[in-house]
Amino acid sequence: MEPLDENKEGIGGMINPRRYGIERVAYLLMRLSGLGLLAYFIAHIYETSSILRGEVGWNEFLALTQTNEGHAILAIVIAMCVFHTVNGIRVMLGHGGVGVGKPSRPDYPYNPASQNYRHKIGIYSAIVLAAIAMLYGLAVMYGE
Amino acid sequence: MAQVPKLEENSVSKTSSSPKSVTLRIARVNPKQNTEKKFMEFSIPYQRWTTVLEAILQVKKHFDHSVAVRYSCRQATCGSCGMIINGKPRLACFTKISELESNVVTVEPMNNFPIIRDLTVRFERLFDSHHKVKPFLIREDSEISSDEKEFLQSPEEVEQYIQFSNCIKCGLCNSACPTMATDSSFIGPQALAQAYRYVADSRDKGKDSRLKIIDDSHGIWRCHFAGSCSQVCPKGVDPAMGIQFLRGYLLGFRS
Repeated sequence: MEPLDENKEGIGGMINPRRYGIERVAYLLMRLSGLGLLAYFIAHIYETSSILRGEVGWNEFLALTQTNEGHAILAIVIAMCVFHTVNGIRVMLGHGGVGVGKPSRPDYPYNPASQNYRHKIGIYSAIVLAAIAMLYGLAVMYGE
Repeated sequence: MAQVPKLEENSVSKTSSSPKSVTLRIARVNPKQNTEKKFMEFSIPYQRWTTVLEAILQVKKHFDHSVAVRYSCRQATCGSCGMIINGKPRLACFTKISELESNVVTVEPMNNFPIIRDLTVRFERLFDSHHKVKPFLIREDSEISSDEKEFLQSPEEVEQYIQFSNCIKCGLCNSACPTMATDSSFIGPQALAQAYRYVADSRDKGKDSRLKIIDDSHGIWRCHFAGSCSQVCPKGVDPAMGIQFLRGYLLGFRS
């Protein structure tokens, strides 16, 4: 028997941030920043391996990060790192049932308690802190 | 297949006063005939209180009775008429056209469910997942054999689960879930919320067996707390809350 087409939304539906508020935006940013940090981690190992070619090789590779492109990539890495950390703490607390509200008899219009202002503040804080850290990083890299 | 048949306003309701009209776009798809999804368009008059389901039934009555739609109670109790309305999963009987604030209303079958035809989808997997978490009280004695005649609960104990017992199995949460969009084996927010409903019930003694069922690579760990399930629930069940509490048991935050 042929398997049923489950009419799944697929990755396009999974990453669509437009329909379900800031929580779904945070979900997307968490995934993107996680993948970005993984890519950076792999690139970082490759970069540090250049020390095997001695001081000259190390300095050559380090010079790549001193370009405009290198600064831009590092600034994005700083933003990803801060967002992933702050939002990760929020998500981990939520996963333990912390700050997701209390069960109660629902009343119309049924605002879900788990999507409360504490979590929204956590998400906006993660975005703002990531932006501040990125700007600070750029200021340091370009020497104020 | 775009066409815009127009329904005369006085043929809908003689008591209507100055109804506006909306373009209703209905997805037509038949997997058995391997036809691609197409949209038919109808101009339907509506009042402030007209629901999307009523508009679809107007189309069936006046234009094309072959439009496939599942419905029953028309009051958000049976959970039959879930569909994608203007991009979000909603109950057609619980969604007023005036609330959508759009001149075009597009209705499609729910995502993450196999399509039967047009707006109707198969619920077998939803019910299988629901059944898998043992949605009943587990204990050795029964109310019939107990000396107390019934299992007493305090109002506080009832509060712990009553919200989650409101689930009408409409499937909107599973349709909105980003994990369900890609993982065919994920048990889904509906079943996980129902697992919590019984785990939180003071009369139930089956917590360990239920936690064992959901402690799976395609079980509770695939939930990433996006919260879309809770945002679309038409009964205020808040599956995301139940799932996080349930995970709290597995992580040792709760006992």
